[in-house]
Amino acid sequence: MGRNDDDTNKPNKPNKPNKPNKRLPTREDQDMAKPKVGYSRRSLLKAGGAAIAASAFPAPMLWAQDTKNIVLRQFGTGVSNLNDVANKVKEDLGFTLEMTALDSDSVTQRAATQPDSFDIADIEYWICKKVWPTGNLQAMDVSKIKNYDKIVGIFKSGKLTEDSVIAQGTAPHTVGFVPEQGAKTFADEQTNWMTLIPTIYNADTLGIRPDLIGRPIDTWAELLNPEFKGKASILDISSIGIMDMAMVCEAMGEIQYGDKGNMTREEIDKTFAIFTEAKQAGQFRAFWKTFDESVNLMASGEVVIQSMWSPAITAVKSRGIDCVYQPLKEGYRSWGGGIGLSNSLSGMELDAAYEYINWYLSGWVGGYLMRQGYYSAVPETSKEFMSENEWGYWFEGKEATDVITSPTGDKLAEAGAVRDGGSFEERMGSVACWNAVMDENQYMVRKWNEFIAS
Amino acid sequence: MAAHFLKNRHMLGWVQATPLTLVLLAFLIAPIVMIVIVSFWGATEFSIYPAFQFDNYEFLFSSPVTYRVFGNTLKYALITWALTLVIGFTVAYYLAFHIRSQTMQIALFLLCTIPFWTSNIIRMISWIPFLGRNGIANQTLISWGVIDEPLEWLLYSDFSVILAFVHLYTLFMVVPIFNTMMRIDRSLLEAARDNGANGLQTLMHVIIPLTKPGIMIGTIFVVTLVMGDFITVRFMSGSQRANVGRLISNDIGLLQYPSAAATAVVLLGTVLIVIAILLRFVNIRKEL
Repeated sequence: MGRNDDDTNKPNKPNKPNKPNKRLPTREDQDMAKPKVGYSRRSLLKAGGAAIAASAFPAPMLWAQDTKNIVLRQFGTGVSNLNDVANKVKEDLGFTLEMTALDSDSVTQRAATQPDSFDIADIEYWICKKVWPTGNLQAMDVSKIKNYDKIVGIFKSGKLTEDSVIAQGTAPHTVGFVPEQGAKTFADEQTNWMTLIPTIYNADTLGIRPDLIGRPIDTWAELLNPEFKGKASILDISSIGIMDMAMVCEAMGEIQYGDKGNMTREEIDKTFAIFTEAKQAGQFRAFWKTFDESVNLMASGEVVIQSMWSPAITAVKSRGIDCVYQPLKEGYRSWGGGIGLSNSLSGMELDAAYEYINWYLSGWVGGYLMRQGYYSAVPETSKEFMSENEWGYWFEGKEATDVITSPTGDKLAEAGAVRDGGSFEERMGSVACWNAVMDENQYMVRKWNEFIAS
Repeated sequence: MAAHFLKNRHMLGWVQATPLTLVLLAFLIAPIVMIVIVSFWGATEFSIYPAFQFDNYEFLFSSPVTYRVFGNTLKYALITWALTLVIGFTVAYYLAFHIRSQTMQIALFLLCTIPFWTSNIIRMISWIPFLGRNGIANQTLISWGVIDEPLEWLLYSDFSVILAFVHLYTLFMVVPIFNTMMRIDRSLLEAARDNGANGLQTLMHVIIPLTKPGIMIGTIFVVTLVMGDFITVRFMSGSQRANVGRLISNDIGLLQYPSAAATAVVLLGTVLIVIAILLRFVNIRKEL
């Protein structure tokens, strides 16, 4: 899934509007904090560090005051910009996290054009590929990341297990590292400098209404099956939609792509030709751009098969309507998000940001997100924050032994239910491609506009 | 000296005109100039850079999509205009000439505006469940036995787009027409009758010519609103149709500001030409 929610209907509202001009702490605060140069600030921030600080640092109370004054401004797509996370940060770490949720186009725009308006960018890996060359983000020192070793292989070597095949598209590890701080090109292997710290990711597929279709669906090609004429939909976000189209065309056997994540002009033309023909024949009921639109299309029965995002399926189900996130034999289209640091972050705020990242990977957020159906970058720490039943259902693909509820308390599944697609390894192990930005992106976008207008 | 300066009749005029001039310069002229300048700039994936190149226009005019989309936009504008004119004129005529008491006229006129107390978007989106495949319209028609299968073209089609436009913008036609009709001297209608004109003749030769300025103002409202819209088209067509506004909004979403600016300049030109043509027919200032 791409994590685009139009501002009209994001599932998670930001708790506060961003305040670009309000940067705390002030110059004075930073000066006051200066005496502790020479200590690891990270350790000072921690409760354990407080004891050392108390003996070596004359005024630990002042430090606590400083931490309280720190405000980190995070913006990103709606999925992980949760008020609960901001509240928990305040509780655990003491500083304030201001969240702004935007759709992914606006996120890209902001990261590329307004570097001073944020401290932490919560973006997707394909957005990173687009935005990194602007130099608005700074690389992160891996040695400061405590749980780095436990991060899933997908984000490091690109491999989930030793023998997995790396999927096409902008796989996170290809844009996950840079050779050195300040570099504008990506490194081919793991280095000490990471561009984004992975936060959440998932494998996307088609959503279907089994009650209205009445037969098994097992391939992407079904999206263009004339049987569903006027009852299919695809998302109108070019960078994600094109990948779904490619999955369909390949499944139909119409096109063999060299690399779906980086198509040639010829491949783009062929793909659009197939979909334009289908569109003109009335295959599609509508295209959707926001989360709510996809939910409404599915719930109202206007559409019975469409590209969809995991929480949208949950939303349809919670209305008591049968809806399945159908695993397909060609595999999933996957996406991953991570947090990056603004280039303008320095000093105490930078330390706070590292602290935040380490906290992020330490499990609470992971558990929260996994209980919504996403995956955490460090599953083993998240496990401690989930019940055995939840871990079994969401991660291991086991039958639920009890009712499964969302973090906010909505019932998502009955006891005995099994997650669509099975376990983590089954789902993330059959990723066919990642959301991507291609070299021919501008050409593709123009073709997309033509497709919509045709 | 200063007193003398202000006594100068011409100077005083200039001074009085200054505030409005400044406001217009800052909020109308400057942004448009900016858009025109940016339309010649270049863009990469994530940034725009100053340049003077015709690439954006070249692409715009060489793409068949542009012509199709402008054609679509004009089509929406034309059909919406025709429908809102007929409905708007009829409503205004009824209000102005058939309702005798002024209190009643005001009451009914306010009634027309009640839907406008809610948001534009809400009024538009509420059509979606109504027109849907399992919506009220289809269910009612089926239960009446008019149709056997739900009508697919009710929603996510040109029909639904134009329906929403007409619903949203008819009032913009009613108000100016009603306004001009109320200014028509009733003795002219009596004179027409006295001279033996029947109802239709009075309408054609007296009322319509005298209502022209109102019609023209309503037309300008409706045409510019429809041509500049993008959200109605997106929602009511389920993203399946495009007009110029959507082309621009797509470009903006993809950080292609220069290309969006170029399209905006061409759209502005088109709308100005349309209005210039309209003004050839009626001199609004003279007739007001």
